[in-house]
Amino acid sequence: MAETTPKIGNSQIKLLEKLCNAIGVSGDEGEVRKIVLEEVKPHADDVKVDALGNVLVTRSGSSKDRVRVMLDAHMDEVGFMIVGDDGDGIFRFELVGGLDVRQLVGKPVVVGKNKVPGVIGARPIHLTTTEERQRKIPLDQLKIDVGPGAAGKVKVGDRATFGSTFKRVGPSIMSKAIDDRIGVATLIELLKFAPPNVDLCLSFAVQEEIGLRGAKVAAHYFNPDMAIALDSTPANDLPTHDGEENIFYNTKLGAGPAIYTFDAGTLNDPRLIRFLAQVGDEARIPYQFRQPGGGGTDAGSIHRSRAGIPTVSVSVPHRYTHTAYSLSRLDDWKHTLALLHTALTKITPALLAEERR
Amino acid sequence: MTELMPFLKSLLSVPGLSGYETPAMRLIEDAWKPLVNEMRLSRLGSLEALKKGTAAEPRPSILVATHMDAIGMMVTSIKDGFLFMTMVGGVDARVLPGTPVTVHAGASGEDLPGVVVQPPARLLPASIGEGPVPLDQLMVDVGLLMKDVAAKVRVGDLVSYATEPQEFAGDIIVGHSLDNRASVAALTVALNELQGKTHAWDVWAVATAQEEVTLGGAITSAFGIHPDLAVAVDVTFAKGPGANDWQTHGLGKGASIGFGPNIHPYLFKQFKELAEKLEIPHEVDVMPRMSGTDAYGMQIAAEGIPTIVISIPLRYMHTPVEMVAVKDIQRAGRLLAEFITRLEPDFINKITWDE
Repeated sequence: MAETTPKIGNSQIKLLEKLCNAIGVSGDEGEVRKIVLEEVKPHADDVKVDALGNVLVTRSGSSKDRVRVMLDAHMDEVGFMIVGDDGDGIFRFELVGGLDVRQLVGKPVVVGKNKVPGVIGARPIHLTTTEERQRKIPLDQLKIDVGPGAAGKVKVGDRATFGSTFKRVGPSIMSKAIDDRIGVATLIELLKFAPPNVDLCLSFAVQEEIGLRGAKVAAHYFNPDMAIALDSTPANDLPTHDGEENIFYNTKLGAGPAIYTFDAGTLNDPRLIRFLAQVGDEARIPYQFRQPGGGGTDAGSIHRSRAGIPTVSVSVPHRYTHTAYSLSRLDDWKHTLALLHTALTKITPALLAEERR
Repeated sequence: MTELMPFLKSLLSVPGLSGYETPAMRLIEDAWKPLVNEMRLSRLGSLEALKKGTAAEPRPSILVATHMDAIGMMVTSIKDGFLFMTMVGGVDARVLPGTPVTVHAGASGEDLPGVVVQPPARLLPASIGEGPVPLDQLMVDVGLLMKDVAAKVRVGDLVSYATEPQEFAGDIIVGHSLDNRASVAALTVALNELQGKTHAWDVWAVATAQEEVTLGGAITSAFGIHPDLAVAVDVTFAKGPGANDWQTHGLGKGASIGFGPNIHPYLFKQFKELAEKLEIPHEVDVMPRMSGTDAYGMQIAAEGIPTIVISIPLRYMHTPVEMVAVKDIQRAGRLLAEFITRLEPDFINKITWDE
C-alpha cells in the first residue's frame, strides 16, 4: 500500500539540500524554479509560470464540499547584485534583501549563473587600528574579489550569494537559504499527499525578500478561500549577555512549527490560528506560537488580495537569519510537515463559517 | 616530486593552531620525507628536516623557516550549549560572524562542525548597537543539543577556521591558513628543485611552531640547529581592497625580498641581484622596524645569525579567505633553491658590511 502521510527521509533531505544550494536571489529565482517545476509536474493538474516568475500549481481534490486552499512558500533568498567593476577581478556590490553587513566579511561567495567563486575579504588586522576595529566595515568598503584570472567572467548586474553549502550536523541542518527553501520543500511534499477535501493551490513565490511581491499576484490568480504562508522565522533562543532570562526569543529551536498570531504585516486569522493549534493538540504534534512582533511573511500580501483572504503563517524556526549558515532542527521540519498535512485533511467549509474570536 | 596544488589544498584543509601543529606537521613530514636525509621534531614541535650538502665538514648550514601554525580560537566557557571563545593569534572579530569553524572537542575527541554566531541585537548590550560585536560576545553553535555539547566540549578546546580551500581562475588559491602554509609549499617547491642538484651547504628546512603567538618555534630551532644563515619565508600584504599603501605588493607580481633591520643587508643584496639575474619577478618589501616573521626571533638566536625574509603576497591576511597567486609560491621556491645551490663553502666569510 502506498504511503498516505508525508515523511521526511533521506530523499526529502536531499531535495532540500539541492534547493538550498541553488542560487535564487530575489528577481533571479530561475535555478530554484527549474527544480520546483521538475518536482511538481508529475503531481499537478496544472502548472503555470506567471509574469513575475511565480510557479503556480493546482491540484484539485475529489470530495464534494471542497475548500480552495492556497499554500505559499517563497523561492527567493537574500543576496547581492554586482553594481560596479573596479578592475582586476574586484567588484562593488549592493544588498538585495535584509542583510547585516557585519555578516559578510570573510565569506566566500558565488557570482552569476556560472557560479564564479569569489570572496569578500577585509583589510588585514595588522593594518587596522584599534579604533578602526571598533567600527563596522561599511558596505562601500566591502568588495567581491573573484581574483584577477576571473575578471572577465563577472559583469555588472550579476547576482551573488554566500558560497556556503548545505550541511547536516547531528539533529540540525545548516544552509544559507533555509529561509525559505524549507518551505518550498514542504510544499512539494504536501502536493504529493494532497487530501481529497481540498483544492490545493501552491504558490512558489518570487520576490518575498524585497516586498512580498510575488505572493500578491499569486493570491489574485488563485482566488482561494483561505491561505497558509509557509516560511522560516528566526529563533533568537540564545543566552543573553547579562544572564537574564531571554524573553525576546521570537521562537525556539526544537519546539515545533511556529504559528503566527501577529507580525509587522499581518493579523493572522484567529480561526486558522485556533484550528492549527487544535490539530497539533489532537494529533500530539508539537507547535509553538511565534512571539508577536516585527518581521513578516507573504501573508502580508496574500490576506489583502482581492476581497480579502483569511490567512495564517507557519514557520520552521531557524537561528541566524540571512547569514551564510542558518541553522534548523530536522525535527521541527518533520513536525511542520505533519502539522500542515494533518491540518489539510481536516479543513472543511465549516472552518471558515466560524465566528472570528 | 610533490604536486604543488594538491599538497597546498591538503595543507589548507587541516587545523594546526599555534601549539597544536601536529595535523599540519604530519602532512609536511610525508611530503618532505623523500626530499631530505633526516627529520626530527624539536622540543616545541617544529619539524626540522636536513638535506645534506657536499662541502667538507664542518659544513656550513642554512636554515629556512616556514611557520606551519595557524591562528584560531579557544573555548573559554560553555553556556546553554553555546561556546564562548578567546583568540589564539591575531583575529579581527569582525570577520567571524557566520564563519564556519571546527571545534576540536576535548572530552569526546571529535571534530565538531560549527559556526560562529552573532547574537541578535536584543540579547546584546545596548551599547553595541549597529557596531561590530566583540569576540567575547560571539558564540559558536555546533548544532547539537545542550546536553551533548556539555558532554563533548571542554574549556580550552581549540576552534579552527573550516572555510574550505578553493581554486580560482588564473591559478589563484583561496583559503584559511595560507598564512603560512603558502610558504611551507614554497619551501617544498625549493626542496623539489634541489633534488638532483648539488649544493655545498647543509639545508635545514624547518616548519616552525607557534609563530603566531610567541615565535617560539623559530627561536628555539635556530638555537638548536645553530645555522650560519637563516631565511624566514612568510606572507606579506598583497594589494587589494583596503590595502594599497607602501606595505603592500602586487598579487601575482612575484616574491618579495625583505629589507630592514631584521635583514642582513648583504643577504638582501645577494637575493636581489640573483632575482634580477634569473629574471624572477620580485618586489622589495621594506620593513622599517620588526619584520613580524620568524626572522625576528632567529636573528638574535645564540650569538646572532645573518637573516633574511622572503615573502609571498597575500590578500585578506588572518581572515578565512586569504588569497595567494600560486605562481608567487613557485617563484619564492625557485629563488630559494637557486640561492642555495649558489652558496659557496666560504660564502659566510664574504658577508661584509657595506660601509
